[in-house]
Order: sequence, then structure tokens, then C-alpha cells
Amino acid sequence: MFDVIVIGGGVIGGLVLRELTKYDLRAALLEKENDVCMGASKANSGIVHAGFDAAPDTLKAKFNVLGNKMMPQVCRELGVKYKNNGSLVVAFSEEDVKTINALKVRGEKNGVEGLEIVDKTRLREMEKNVSDEAVAALYAKTGGIVCPYELTIAAIGNAMDNGAELFTDFEVTGITKQSDIFTVSSAEGKSVEGRVVINCAGLASGRIASLVGDDYIKIKDRKGEYILLDRESGDFVNHTLFFTPTRLGKGILVTQTADNNILLGPTAEEGNSNTATSADGLSFVIEKARKMCKNLPLFNTITSFAGVRAYSDKHDFIIEESKNMKGLIHCAGIESPGLTASPAIAEYVAETLVGGMLPMKKNGGFNGNRKPDYFFKNLSMEEKNEVIKRDSSYGKIVCRCEQITEGEILRAIRENPPAKDIDGVKRRTRAGMGRCQGGFCQPYVAELIAKEQNKPLYEITKSGEGSYLLTGVTK
Amino acid sequence: MKTNYDIVIIGGGPAGLAAAVSAYDNGARDILIVEREQKLGGILNQCVHNGFGLTRFKESLSGPEYAARFVAEVRVRNIEVWLQTTVLSLSVDKKVTVINAEIGVAVLQAKAVILAMGCRERSRGALNIAGTRPAGIYSAGTAQKYVNIKGYMPGRRVVILGSGDIGLIMARRMTLEGAKVLAVCEIMPYSSGLKRNIVQCLNDFDIPLYLNHTITKIEGEKRVTGVVVSAVDENKQPIKGTEMHFDCDTVLFSVGLIPENELTKGAGITLSPKTRGAEVSQTRETSVEGIFACGNVLQVHDLVDFVSEEAETAGRYAAAYVLGGKKQGESVAVKNGANIAYVCPQRVDKGAGGNVKLFFRVTGTFKNCTVTAKCGDTALVRKKKKIAVPGEMENLLIPQEKLAGASGEITVALEAENE
Amino acid sequence: MNKTLTCIECPMGCEITVEEEGGVVKNVSGNSCPRGKAYAESETVCPKRVVTSTVRAESGEMVPVKTNKPVKKDEIFKVMEIIRKTKCHLPVQIGEVLVKNISGDADLIVSGNV
Repeated sequence: MFDVIVIGGGVIGGLVLRELTKYDLRAALLEKENDVCMGASKANSGIVHAGFDAAPDTLKAKFNVLGNKMMPQVCRELGVKYKNNGSLVVAFSEEDVKTINALKVRGEKNGVEGLEIVDKTRLREMEKNVSDEAVAALYAKTGGIVCPYELTIAAIGNAMDNGAELFTDFEVTGITKQSDIFTVSSAEGKSVEGRVVINCAGLASGRIASLVGDDYIKIKDRKGEYILLDRESGDFVNHTLFFTPTRLGKGILVTQTADNNILLGPTAEEGNSNTATSADGLSFVIEKARKMCKNLPLFNTITSFAGVRAYSDKHDFIIEESKNMKGLIHCAGIESPGLTASPAIAEYVAETLVGGMLPMKKNGGFNGNRKPDYFFKNLSMEEKNEVIKRDSSYGKIVCRCEQITEGEILRAIRENPPAKDIDGVKRRTRAGMGRCQGGFCQPYVAELIAKEQNKPLYEITKSGEGSYLLTGVTK
Repeated sequence: MKTNYDIVIIGGGPAGLAAAVSAYDNGARDILIVEREQKLGGILNQCVHNGFGLTRFKESLSGPEYAARFVAEVRVRNIEVWLQTTVLSLSVDKKVTVINAEIGVAVLQAKAVILAMGCRERSRGALNIAGTRPAGIYSAGTAQKYVNIKGYMPGRRVVILGSGDIGLIMARRMTLEGAKVLAVCEIMPYSSGLKRNIVQCLNDFDIPLYLNHTITKIEGEKRVTGVVVSAVDENKQPIKGTEMHFDCDTVLFSVGLIPENELTKGAGITLSPKTRGAEVSQTRETSVEGIFACGNVLQVHDLVDFVSEEAETAGRYAAAYVLGGKKQGESVAVKNGANIAYVCPQRVDKGAGGNVKLFFRVTGTFKNCTVTAKCGDTALVRKKKKIAVPGEMENLLIPQEKLAGASGEITVALEAENE
Repeated sequence: MNKTLTCIECPMGCEITVEEEGGVVKNVSGNSCPRGKAYAESETVCPKRVVTSTVRAESGEMVPVKTNKPVKKDEIFKVMEIIRKTKCHLPVQIGEVLVKNISGDADLIVSGNV
């Protein structure tokens, strides 16, 4: 019997779960995939928005500005890469200039600090590759970037280290309540019981809501395609560059990532929940990126991918108790700036919403710090040698492009939440995320997983059941 | 622990091995080879096919056989080798930071460095091919490693993109091991692979080669289930209506090799945008004095025999540098003229002495053509060729006496009678 | 009977036509050099290939192997069947014979030190 059951292992579910472990509560996380962070949280822009975009007095505006302020601290505690690189909304016309001025006013109303309009000359100084057509920009000093999957995985890992339980491969198909106890069950007949249930199911949050008759939560999906460039071009831009929003939409962004890659995208394709990229989508991204910047180093492309974002027809976050079933909390329609808002949403959900339902006693044993060694390559020589002296597997480079050691990979397979396959290791350590895209290291990583899991190599998968790497032995 | 060496060679593949032997034979003694794998030989270890050494040894050797000959030469000379050691960085003043499980991280000080890190394969991602990202997509070299070194099959029904030699070799290799290779697609109008490989790896097994075709879509959620292949126009754009569908569980990419120059860049060495390797003189010295480069980290070769030859040059001059403190002399630039994709070396060091062999690739297929190296209006050398193709690296020898008079930059150009 | 084939002797890749009767080559045309003629003749009379592959050692490692002489092209898969069943013990040295007369007078030998 759990006190709280969180449905969905994305960034919202992860941070909510972690927040709950700050209290004396038994918490469980249910995830339908074989690993956490398999939905929108793994494939998005990784932007920590300043907060000028959301309309005043919306939940989006409130949690965005709060979350923006909380993010650096949360990342420090969890050992997640975060960079306060600042963002620029670039104007290309007089009309755009009017819009960015309006955005500035709106941002100030939302409580965003340090907004500034920069002219053409200053913009060029800030970004050497910005298009010659750009005329001005709204500069937001508080804008940042974070690694979204690292944040999600670290939050869940930290929550587990503090006592939370993770159930993967648990797709919720039923929620019932009898004498104040919820039973949450899966199609295969698994079930867990709890006093409070929190729906953080992302794309599936509408379906979860409908299980208890909350049909008023309508979630739609929007696909976004991205192109990622090698770290070699990492200084192509320094800030996050947005187009000025127009009636036709927001356009794409050009940004550095927390790992110093360059990210271009996303497209916005409504009603598409598959994560395949398309020739048209990728050409659109390239065309727009070329409008934003000159000298686009496309030859340094290392991969392209697509992610699906969930949004509600209300176009604001839905963070409230169910209208039909007391004790069930919905966090639904958490579209952009959901990642930024996630620490603030988590705090609000735990303190205020769960706090209104259950007695909340501080967990004295809570340790919010997670010491990652995924920064091994950034350690000093002395620090590296200390680590290697303790564990010689850190002296063995497995992924040459990102300089990831065997020690880091073994840790990712062993620690909470354990990586089970190639992509799981990749998201946790970056092994295979570099310019050769795993060409050299995949066989090594597969062997390490096989050894740790005591399985033959041909049973190792890329990403869950059915994604087998090999079809058997040669002889 | 010894941390000072006359010559540190980064990479124990064919280039590093030949460079070490040559440096030794030219008088250097204090040499260290740093190799990241647990065995010397580099990529040759997984190339179990034959055809290596035809030029050098007049024999058709397997990759491991070719490597073994050089490993034996290294052993005989007692040249120091560190295995399972990765170089993390290289500085302009020749400090080499290495890591391994025994010593941890250490900084070595070299008098000269020879870069011999080889190359990597371009991946699927670099091509922006649309579709899903399931398991079953491999570069040809990764598949080769699984099959030949690990003994596992990456798949059963295979489509290969790219008709470079590795792609062709893997078409045969997968077929011999029981897989069905459905097609090899090549976006160019010609294959960049050797004729021998087209005949013996594809034709022998009735594997179709689709020139002017590319993969336009990859399908499958968990594992590849199929690909769409389309014909392309002269701008390499897919032509609508030409789509063919193949049911397959595996896609192999053999779409080009890229020199692995991350360390080179870190040391501030000038790179050529054409070769993506360092700019060198005929001594294979880079823009940084005392740092030399050879093999596929410098320019992607077709034949290992020429890698060995180039590495011997680098080794010889590296030895001369540490023994005699030879400084870079006056040099003239070498430029690509008409129909030439690149020339390596990119400059000629006039003080180095000897004849200079210029390696180059042409931009298309040319029959009955003439290649010239000119300095101003003066032709230094002229060579008639029955055929020149982009897939074959060509060379042009400029005799020493011709060079003496060359005062300005040298341009290599190809004049075609018919195309 | 006429047969066309692509010459592999150089990058020219001449399309050579061979006139053949009862296993005897009557005429070769389309070649630009004597090497092309010789190649076309041997390819027509009895095409042969060196087979390269791997053998799994008892301890699991893969050992590179090849036939020390070319074998008849149409026997390649027969040779592969034998290779598949062949085992060996480590260490092995280049040149060690694993299967004597795997096809005709060709032996299967080790082609990499393991």
C-alpha cells in the first residue's frame, strides 16, 4: 500500500515523485515503457524559458517564472547540466519589433527580470552568425538550457534513492477507488494500491483522466522534428535564438544544448504521435535555421529525431484535483514551458495539493543530492586519478567521441533507475551520442549490459522489447 | 614512470605501426605507440577479407595478416607499446594526455608526435534520412565488427546504402554467413568501390546495385521492418514516383569515412576543409612543427599499402626532426586546379629534399586525360591517364630538380579530352 | 555461346565479350589490354575465388580464416558449410592448416594470430 502513486515517468512525474520523498510518504511511480523518460521529456528543446511568452495570470506564466528561478538549484542538487545562456527573440521586421516590445511588457508583467531590447549592432556582437536580415531582439538574461532527460532520470533516481519505488512496463488501464483506497491496475492484471494518485502521464494524461470519467481533459499531440549538430560547432550560437512569434506560429529555434551541441527545430505537426522524421520536416527545419543564421554548419549534422508534445485544448496547464474522483490529481496538458515549470509544479502539487489530502511530515533522512560521475571528462587530472584509483574501470574509455568510461556505463546499468538497454545507457551517460553515433562503442556497451545482466549478447536490445540488436551467432 | 619520449605515435593501426618502424630504422629509439584497443593492428583486425598488400608485398593478404607483418617488425625492434590506452588530448607543445586503467591519467611530453588515429564512418544521422530510429541500423564497419570479431549476425535481410568498399565487402560477408542482401544503393552515378569488389562481392552473388538511388525512408518502430529506396536526379534529389520498397530487418551504411581529427583540432593544427585532415608538407609535418600525420587521419586512402608508405614518410621525417632538430623550411603551396577534388600534401617544403609525390583525387570520371602540376605557366610534370575516377587515389611524382625552380604555388589540374 | 563480363584488372572496367564453345574460349573482345584477355579466359573456363571467413574457437573467440588457394566459385557455399562446423583451439598462428583439402587442393588456413 502506497501513500501516493504517480503515473508517468516524465519530467513532471519524476520531479513530483522526488518532491514527495521529501516527506514521510510511501511513493510509487508507474511507467508504461521499459525505462523512464520515454515520451516528451526525452525529445524536446531543453529550454529553460524566461517566462515572457505565457499570457499573464495563467498557470503557465506563474509556474514558468517560478520554475525558471528554481531550476539552477534543482540541477545543482541533482548534478544535471544547466546553463544560463540567455535567450534572444529575434525580430526581422518592423512588425516583429512591435511584437518583441509587447513581449517585453508581458514578460515584466509576469515577473521576468532583466528583459532588454537589443539593437542590430549589439545583436551582432552577441551572436556572430545571426542573419544579416535580423533587426533587433528581445534579450532575456534569465533564459537557460538544461538536459531534459538527464533531469528526468536524475530526479527519479534521486527519489528512488530516497525510498520511492519504480514500476516499469506498467501501463495503467484501470483506476478504481473503494473506501478511500485507490487500485491502479494494468492490462496484464498487475495492480498497486494507494491513497492518492497523481496523473502525470503526458500524452496519455487524457486517457488516464477518462478512466475516471474526467472527459473534460482533452489532450492532443504535436510532433516536432529536430536536427542536432556536433559539439565541434558548439559555439555556432551562444544564446537560444527564437523567431518572433507571428500569427503563423512560433517558428523554430536555434540553440546550444546543455552538452554544447547545436539544436535546430522543432517543427509543429498537429495530431501526429509517431516519432518518425520526415523529409519535408527536416527540410523545413533547415530552411528556417538558414533564415535565422548564416554559415549554418550542416556538414556537422550528427542526427535528426522527433518528439511528441502533449497539449490540452485549454492551452494552459491543468493542475487540479479530479472533478469525479477525490484524491486523484491531474497534471495534464503540460506543454512548453512545462520543462521550465516542472520544479515549481512539483512543489505545488506536493505541498499544496497532496498536502491538502494527506498528513505531511518531513522525511528527516531525505538527501536531495545526487553525485553524478557523468562529468568524468570534466574533472581535473587529480580528481580523475582519484576516481580511477578507487575503480580502474574509469580508466577505460568506451565512447571515444564523448569520452565516456566503462565505469560510468557500469554505474548507469547498476544505479537507480537502472539502464536496461543501449538507449538507456546512452541517455544516462551520452555513450553513443557523439559524432559516430555509437558506431564504435555500441558493441562494447552491449557487452557490458550483457555481462551485468548475465545474458547472451544477442538478447540485448536498443530500446525495449523487440528492438533486438542482433539476430544470432554467425556459427 | 617514464613520461618523456622522443616520438609518441597516437594509434597502433597500419599507419602507426609503419611510422614506428620507419622512425626506428631512421635512427630514433625512444618511441612509444599509444593504442586504445587491446591489440595492435587497428581496423585491419576486423577486415578478414583478402586483397591487402597487393602493391607492397605482391600478395593478397587478409587484414590481420597484413597487420601481423608490421606488428612483428615493431616487436623485433622492441618499440614500446601501451595498449588499452586512450589519448584524451594533445597540446601544441606536444604534451599528450593519456588514460588507462593501470596508470590513470598521465601527461607525456614528446619531442615529436605522429598522428595516426585513422578515421570513422559517417553515420545515418549525418545524412538526415527520414523515418524512425529502430534497432538494425548499422554502419558497415560496426556490422563488420559484430560479424568478424564478436561472431554475431546483425540481421538476416539487409539493404546497404553506399557502394564504397566496406559496403561491398559486407554485402558478401553477410551473404556468406547466411543473410540475404537485397540491394546495394548508391546515390552517385558510379560506385566508389573497386571493380574487383563489385564483381566478386555483388555480381558473384547476384546482389543488385542501384546507382543513382538512395534510401529515402526507414521504417519500423522497434526493429527495422523496411526501407523505401528512390531514384535521384542530377542534384541528388529523390524523384517522386520512383519509390521501391524493400522488406528488411537491417540497413547498413557505407557512406564515407571521416578522418578522426578531434585531437588534431585541440592542438590548434590547421585542417584542410577538403580532406578534413591536417594540412601537411611532403614530410607529413602539419602546421605545428614536430607534429606529423599519416594514414586515414590525414586523408582517406583506398589501399592500406599507401597508408604504410605514407606512414613511413612521416616516421622518417619525425626521426630526422628529433635527431637533427630539423625545422620547417621555405615552402610553396599546392593548390587544386580544374577537375581536382584535393591534393595532399598541401604544401611542398623546399628544404626537405628528394622527389615529391602528390596524392590527389579527381572530381568525376575522366577517360584519356592529362594531369599536370604547374608552377605559374611552367609545367613541372605531366602524366597521361587512360582513366581517372574519384574512387581511386592518384599520384604525381615531381622530381627534385623540377622543384628547385618552383618559386610560386603549384597547381595540379586535369585536362580531359572527353568526359 | 557469348558471355559478357566486367574486367576487374583496373578501374577502366572494360566490358569484355567472350565467345566460348564447350568450355573452350574461341575469341575475346572488348578488352584494352592482355590482362583483360587473361582474366576473361579464366573467368569463363573456371572462375575461382579465395574464400575468407571466420572459425569459432572452442573458447568462443573468432579466428580469421581463408582458403590458401582460390576455390571453384560454385563451391563457395559448400566451403562455407565446412567452415561453419570447423572448430579450433587457441592460440593459433597465421598459416596453420585447419582443414586440409577443403575444396580441391585448397586448404583452410588461419589468417590472423589469435
